Amino acid sequence: MSVRRTGQPAAPGATAYRISRSTAESKAGLAGSALLVIVLFTLPWWDSDGSLQTPLVVVLYYLGLAQMWNLLAGFAGMISIGQQMFVGAGTYALLQFAEAWGLDPWLSVPAAGLVAAALSAPVALFAFRLSGGYFAIGTWVAAEAVRLLVTESNDLRGGDVRSLTRESLGDYSLETRANVTYWLALALAVGGTAIVVVVLRSRVGLALRSVRDSEDGARSLGIDVIRTKALVWVVAAFWTGCAGAVILLSAPSTTAASAFSVSRWMALVIFIVVIGGVGSTTGPVLGVLVFWFIDEQLSDAEAWRFIVLGGIAAVMAIVAPRGLYGLIQRWRPLQFFPVRRRLIGPGADSS
Amino acid sequence: MTALLDVRGLSAGYGDFQALFEVYMAVEEGETLAIIGANGAGKTTLLRTLAGLVPASSGTVRFAGADLLAVPAWKRVGHGISLVPEGRMLFPSLDVRENLLIGAHARRGGRWNLDRVIEVFPLLAPLLGRPSEVLSGGEKQAVAIGRALMANPRLMLLDEVSLGLAPLVVKQLYAALPEVVEAGTTVLVVEQDIGQAAAAADRLVCLLEGRVVLEGDPDCLTRGDIVAAYFGMKAET
Repeated sequence: MSVRRTGQPAAPGATAYRISRSTAESKAGLAGSALLVIVLFTLPWWDSDGSLQTPLVVVLYYLGLAQMWNLLAGFAGMISIGQQMFVGAGTYALLQFAEAWGLDPWLSVPAAGLVAAALSAPVALFAFRLSGGYFAIGTWVAAEAVRLLVTESNDLRGGDVRSLTRESLGDYSLETRANVTYWLALALAVGGTAIVVVVLRSRVGLALRSVRDSEDGARSLGIDVIRTKALVWVVAAFWTGCAGAVILLSAPSTTAASAFSVSRWMALVIFIVVIGGVGSTTGPVLGVLVFWFIDEQLSDAEAWRFIVLGGIAAVMAIVAPRGLYGLIQRWRPLQFFPVRRRLIGPGADSS
Repeated sequence: MTALLDVRGLSAGYGDFQALFEVYMAVEEGETLAIIGANGAGKTTLLRTLAGLVPASSGTVRFAGADLLAVPAWKRVGHGISLVPEGRMLFPSLDVRENLLIGAHARRGGRWNLDRVIEVFPLLAPLLGRPSEVLSGGEKQAVAIGRALMANPRLMLLDEVSLGLAPLVVKQLYAALPEVVEAGTTVLVVEQDIGQAAAAADRLVCLLEGRVVLEGDPDCLTRGDIVAAYFGMKAET
């Protein structure tokens, strides 16, 4: 009995199996996603009053943050509670680049991501010695330490309210600034999702999932556990740092308490991923839609927004640990993004 | 002739607890060597130390002439050592095919690939798309062995092949070993079932409380010798 991979002829007498990533749903999902991205990209031209654009900036950068946390926690088993340190690092890096050094604010976004990525290296040296709950606590402690350093810094003046001035934002018109910020938020969401899909389709993706299941098991199969974890840790830090910069561009004043807020940049992100589905690429997309709906309904009640989202996340964690995406999977095993190879043929279980 | 694996004075343990005491043994290329011993004899610790998952406290291990203890665990697969761990330890979030493919992450060139593994374990063919969690014990063991073979190892470390499996399943799994050896892989198998070990191996090594107490060709050892060494009794004459 043999296995035939896609594109290979079956040996005589062999049972024909095909291995494919694409399914009808994933092709439809990709086509639908591409169409949605095009529609969203053109939004500034047809949403003239910005009634959709303004809230979408928040939704989109939250999707980017959620995809990165999901990459760490859902696929690599690295449950970090300290991602707000990279948001804050990105925010303050942009302030420094654009405000203090006069660099172009848009070009400063990837540079802010690099600062966050650079910060992630020494944090990893400390946090990677920890596992499970200790890793979560360790990353939180590291984030608090960075927040305190920024707050106390005379150069960064994290204790004061700091804003991007008109000069530092360049000669761009208000409309241009709003549009570019929106497109950057869209890039965070689309790029964040694409990063997760690309990582999961690669050898690293399989290695990551094995590391999440058993580090010793992965190590005994020749996987460099530290390097595999470090790769996604740095990528997630870079992207989260870019998000921090875009967050500042969308609301151009901040304090260290706001930029490094565990509730805004960590708790809400966790709620989004848990509600949508941890460990799936589609989950954060579903979760952020729920977040958007709740946010719209409770826009005047910040505390209630947290309570309702946290309550839904807690209920989901108990009754549907795989989130909304898991509930859909119970109904029908759909794969909207082609990340897992599936076996097509007699006896194949399409789980 | 230089042994493929040469273990000299190897001691290892877990923190303050020492499980291996100056173990000496050698494995020749192309042979099947079985390590037997009662519970707590140090068999699994020996295999995990060779795989790099338990640090050695003293001694030397040379593999194909190179100092193995200087090589980190994840690099040992690339050097040609694959472990089939006790309890199979499949990755629950991966399906059977992915569990097999992850074995090839650090593969060396050689004859083993997915098709070849399925040829040796045809029972896996209809299971490739299934979650590994739903498999029977025998199926899981076949996946674990297949996963190790995907790396094209020179030396495969098999821990407790028969643990918790029906005799017929164990027989089927052991029936695959000659094909593995014929393909160029040396096998070091830990086994509690003395009869199974004696039937499958070219040589037996018996551990007792972390020390080698008996070594030899199973055809030349009497059952009394083996049982006495296994349980730490004096051999009946």
